[in-house]
Amino acid sequence: MTISSSTAVNFDPPVATMPRHRKLKLWDWAPYVFISPFFILFLIFGAFPLGFSIYLSFHQWDPAMGLEAMKWVGLENYIFVLGDDWFRQSLWNTIWIAIVSGAPQHLIAIPLAFFLNIAFGHWRNTVVGMYFLPFITSTVAIALVFNSLFSREFGVVNQLLTHLGHLPILEWVFPSTNIDWTKPEYVRWQIAFVVWWRYLGWNTVLYLAALQTIPRDLYEAALVDGATRWQQFWHVTVPLLKPMMFFAITLTLIGNLQLFEEPFILTGGTGGIGQVGKTAAMHMYNTAFVESDFGTASAVAWLLFLFIAVLTWLNNKLFNHSGLKDH
Amino acid sequence: MQHKLTVSSIAAYAVVLGGAVIMLLPFWFMFVFATRSDAEILSVPPPIWFGNALLANLNQLLERLPYFWHNLSMSFYVATATTLANLFFCSLAGYGFAMYDFKYKGTAFAIVLGTTLLPAFLSMIPSVLIFTLFDWMNQPRALIVPGMCAAFGVFMMRQYIATAIPKDLIEAARIDGCTEFGIFWRIIVPLVTPAFGTLGLVTFIGTWNNFMSPLVVMRDMEMFTVPLALRSLAGTGQVPYGAIAAGSAIAVLPLLVMFVLASKRLIEGMTAGAVKA
Repeated sequence: MTISSSTAVNFDPPVATMPRHRKLKLWDWAPYVFISPFFILFLIFGAFPLGFSIYLSFHQWDPAMGLEAMKWVGLENYIFVLGDDWFRQSLWNTIWIAIVSGAPQHLIAIPLAFFLNIAFGHWRNTVVGMYFLPFITSTVAIALVFNSLFSREFGVVNQLLTHLGHLPILEWVFPSTNIDWTKPEYVRWQIAFVVWWRYLGWNTVLYLAALQTIPRDLYEAALVDGATRWQQFWHVTVPLLKPMMFFAITLTLIGNLQLFEEPFILTGGTGGIGQVGKTAAMHMYNTAFVESDFGTASAVAWLLFLFIAVLTWLNNKLFNHSGLKDH
Repeated sequence: MQHKLTVSSIAAYAVVLGGAVIMLLPFWFMFVFATRSDAEILSVPPPIWFGNALLANLNQLLERLPYFWHNLSMSFYVATATTLANLFFCSLAGYGFAMYDFKYKGTAFAIVLGTTLLPAFLSMIPSVLIFTLFDWMNQPRALIVPGMCAAFGVFMMRQYIATAIPKDLIEAARIDGCTEFGIFWRIIVPLVTPAFGTLGLVTFIGTWNNFMSPLVVMRDMEMFTVPLALRSLAGTGQVPYGAIAAGSAIAVLPLLVMFVLASKRLIEGMTAGAVKA
């Protein structure tokens, strides 16, 4: 700032002698006008709904009965939800899917980004694009296609797996008969796979972006010291990627705990047999729009939000302890 | 980049390319199935090349979803209107944040960024009440208006304007007697067209794919957007695989075209802010 203000000093006096008071008044309010659309929209469609949903969560209310039918029940909704087996089950499903789809995303994306960064030359962007493509696609459309790929009798996935299952060495790894993917023990795997497929490229791109910021001399210095590619990866890349790991894992955490579309489409909106594929966001949707219980649904929404906030905070703590601050 | 083709590096190339194929395979099957009859789709081994049942599948799709073309135009209308509004309002707000100093600027910008942390499901239930109150249920404006100025767009445009446009330019225009909005309209807008391209793509794709909002807002099949219409195909009973694939292909095709034309810009736009964070 000191440099720019010293150059401005030479320019300031003539401007100050100009009659600029009236002008100042004119553009004083301009920025407020320019940024106001965002805040007006946020007040109506963001802040007010938030406040109202807190208010709702302390009431018992069926919207079909009109606003007069709202009845204050205090913490009753929260107590009910916390003791509700369906809510606990949906929360457990959400965590399960979040971990099973989320962990491999990062474990694969980091070495993948490292390799893509040094290989493929001018084909790199094309390969990155192929991995990124699932991220931009319509979840509904592609989940419906996955539904047919995972169908029991003739689905491509089963055909591939049983084909591998009939090969001599692989027969004990792969199934020899078709798997019914709608069965409770498989539904979550199916959802987790689709989520993994959709977000792997996104994470890879995030790590690639972070890799571009690592100075080349660090690798050259490591090379001079006789480090192998593996040692470069482990001792140079991974430590310097930590800030991005924190950012990307936080995004995965927040996104996966709100999972809605993929399980909704893959289970036909029901959550599957025994509701093993029903996530907490789906539970909230069902409570509100199928059971018309807006009060309980709002309590579910806020408990889920609290849960996400606590986990994000824990993730933050974890990263601080493991030495994020060193870099 | 120079490096020797050892056995391990060849294996690494193979694994990466194999992974890329897994990423693309669902799209491939979607297009192949769109041109195949249900009997062919359900045969062993499955078809891996195009057939000639596309028209039959489309007919079946229109039989199940009589408003499909209308749904498609609804998607285009909602996505285009949201995109145009975002380009205008986000660049206006971005310009406000990038080029002016004003009281509470820091707080205001922190609020903009903070709103991105709020999960969509939190406002889902009361939104329905607001739309009912405004009499917006079942209306496309309920999908367009709330998203007319997204925080991400404001952030992105602010970054772009702050780095790409010198403040002296604004000062010069002001001295020449240009109005504040005139500066924005005649100087900033022409200069930010590259950013418009990126923000436009990101917004269009995001709106096009949105499922949750139309799910709670739209009641009549005629007013459905494409994702919502497609979803009603996956009911119980006989599943029309070919029709589903054809409908999905139509829903995904515009996005694929955009991606092929501008993948680099799109990826950079979507991950904007990630590196600085």
